[in-house]
Amino acid sequence: MSALLEVSGISKSFDGFRAINNLSFSIGAAELRAIIGPNGAGKTTFMDIVTGKTRPDEGQVRWGEFSRSLLRLSEAQIAREGIGRKFQRPTVFEDQSVADNLTMALKAPRGPFAVLFWRPGSASDARVAELAAEVGLAGQLLRKAGELSHGQKQWLEIGMLLAQEPRLLLVDEPAAGMTLAEREQTTTLLRRLAGTRAVVVVEHDMEFVRRLNCKVTVLHQGAVLAEGSLDHVSANPDVIEVYLGR
Amino acid sequence: MLIRKYPSVLIFLAVLAVFTLAITLLSQAYGTGAVPTSTVKLLGKTLCLALAALAMDLVWGYAGILSLGHMAFFALGGYMIGMWLMYARTAEIVTATLANAPIPATPDEIRQGIASQIFGVVGSSDLPLTWSFAGSLPIQLLLVLAVPGIFAFLFGWLAFRSRVNGVYLSILTQAMTLALALWLFQNDSGFRGNNGLSGLQNIPGLTDVPQSTLSIWFLWASAAALGLCYVLASWLVSGKFGSVIRAIRDDEARVRFLGYSVEGYKLFVFTLSAMICAIAGALYYPQAGIINPAELAPIASIYLAVWVAIGGRGRLYGAVIGAVFVSLLSSWFTGGKAPDLNLGFYTIHWVDWWQVLLGVAFVLVTLFAPKGLSSIIDAVAGLRAPKRHGADLGPDLGALREREAEA
Repeated sequence: MSALLEVSGISKSFDGFRAINNLSFSIGAAELRAIIGPNGAGKTTFMDIVTGKTRPDEGQVRWGEFSRSLLRLSEAQIAREGIGRKFQRPTVFEDQSVADNLTMALKAPRGPFAVLFWRPGSASDARVAELAAEVGLAGQLLRKAGELSHGQKQWLEIGMLLAQEPRLLLVDEPAAGMTLAEREQTTTLLRRLAGTRAVVVVEHDMEFVRRLNCKVTVLHQGAVLAEGSLDHVSANPDVIEVYLGR
Repeated sequence: MLIRKYPSVLIFLAVLAVFTLAITLLSQAYGTGAVPTSTVKLLGKTLCLALAALAMDLVWGYAGILSLGHMAFFALGGYMIGMWLMYARTAEIVTATLANAPIPATPDEIRQGIASQIFGVVGSSDLPLTWSFAGSLPIQLLLVLAVPGIFAFLFGWLAFRSRVNGVYLSILTQAMTLALALWLFQNDSGFRGNNGLSGLQNIPGLTDVPQSTLSIWFLWASAAALGLCYVLASWLVSGKFGSVIRAIRDDEARVRFLGYSVEGYKLFVFTLSAMICAIAGALYYPQAGIINPAELAPIASIYLAVWVAIGGRGRLYGAVIGAVFVSLLSSWFTGGKAPDLNLGFYTIHWVDWWQVLLGVAFVLVTLFAPKGLSSIIDAVAGLRAPKRHGADLGPDLGALREREAEA
């Protein structure tokens, strides 16, 4: 099976601090993966590099069937290639309605002129309603996103990610600030999504990772420390030392 | 669709139409004569300023780009139309003079005569290359849009591509308008230096039409331009495009991760608003009669931002109300019509103190009534700001503040 995303030997320093140190990572087209690691292990920098926010000092990021390099693309181009990102804090457009937020995220041409002449139709309305129902916001379509509760904003952002129909989803600490019931819902959703696309979850919460029941990559000091099932990496003495045994 | 989402468009157009009709019926040319021609011109010019404020609101209130150089595009539009007005008018005079000569003048001689008439004042008798098309109205009308449009596009492309944002962008736009003004001030830049272009109120071919009639025609033209651009702007901000640019205002990094090219959208809005400003300028200066490089002074563009702020940014009618209110008030105060205020120990002459009053008003509005004059409309319509415990609506500098938003 060829990989959807192939990151090889990337390094990145900030003012002499090596945030990422010769890191390699790859994920298949329909796979769920959890990335864990202590603070400062380079998880966020890793996501920044994949999504084009940060350029690595060296190394390669290759994408898709033709192993296209992502390093020369802008954030927007990478997003259009099919990489979606969910931030740790919910970031939705608070001045706009839930429907507007979802409509903006819908998969459609992104150029200014195409958007200018885009008009909602029955298909797009139905899709927005369907997405809203999927994330439990069916009755809230006309409310401004800023009025939603923290948890609802998280769900709206997930809905926006689904609307983008990405091939790879990068999810930063989805469980933060969620109730137990919401966490369970989130795990189910992530597992279901991973049936058709690649999903990378960065998480601190070991209980949540255990529930995801997937392959785990442990990062430490900007490099991969161990990889395998949660039980496998939990048994690794290095991992116990830097992460679990604290 | 547009009307249903923004019923204010109809109200706006109705008010504008009633206003224009009323002034026409009170004018010297078409009505009772209660409103003098100078006032008609003032009102026509005010409509043009309102149009510039509308463009400013698109770029600042909706896309979050605080451009402090938009009056440069306004003046460029004025220069482009002014070139034709001055050239064609001078051509009429020169042709008439040379017609009396015993030998008919050649086209070359006429051209030479026009050049020395226009540029004698800066010690030149050659027509600069930039005036090659000054004799053609269609081409100069095209240049009204093209020159500011291309200039804004190049400037915006350089600035947005380097991701210059916030205060730095504002300073850069100030530098742009100042540099352009300094260039135009030079005698050899081909725009008559600090003399500028004058006599623009005389429309070539319409010498027999009195100014009282012309002023009404320009009032109608200005009102039509404002009405059309208002509808265009409402359409622009009503759909998904409006969603995207408001999203860029509040949180542009997030918009990038949705796959939208933020730079492309900023460039689109910046260029379009520059062109709207240019249309406003092209209608303004024939009514003002004169344009010179002082019109591009950095302070002019700051005024534009002040009008929008006082009117209430992020809503189109707010910009128009702010521009009309402040610029009319300003002409009243600076025109010497405001009664002096005698405090006993000191007499306030409003001509001197008006700017202080405006400055204080701007600070007070920013601090205590961020919605500006639109707060009154919101109070009437029963709209309230959301309760967000002081949080802005997005992380960016240009994001709407809590009290600017609608619940």
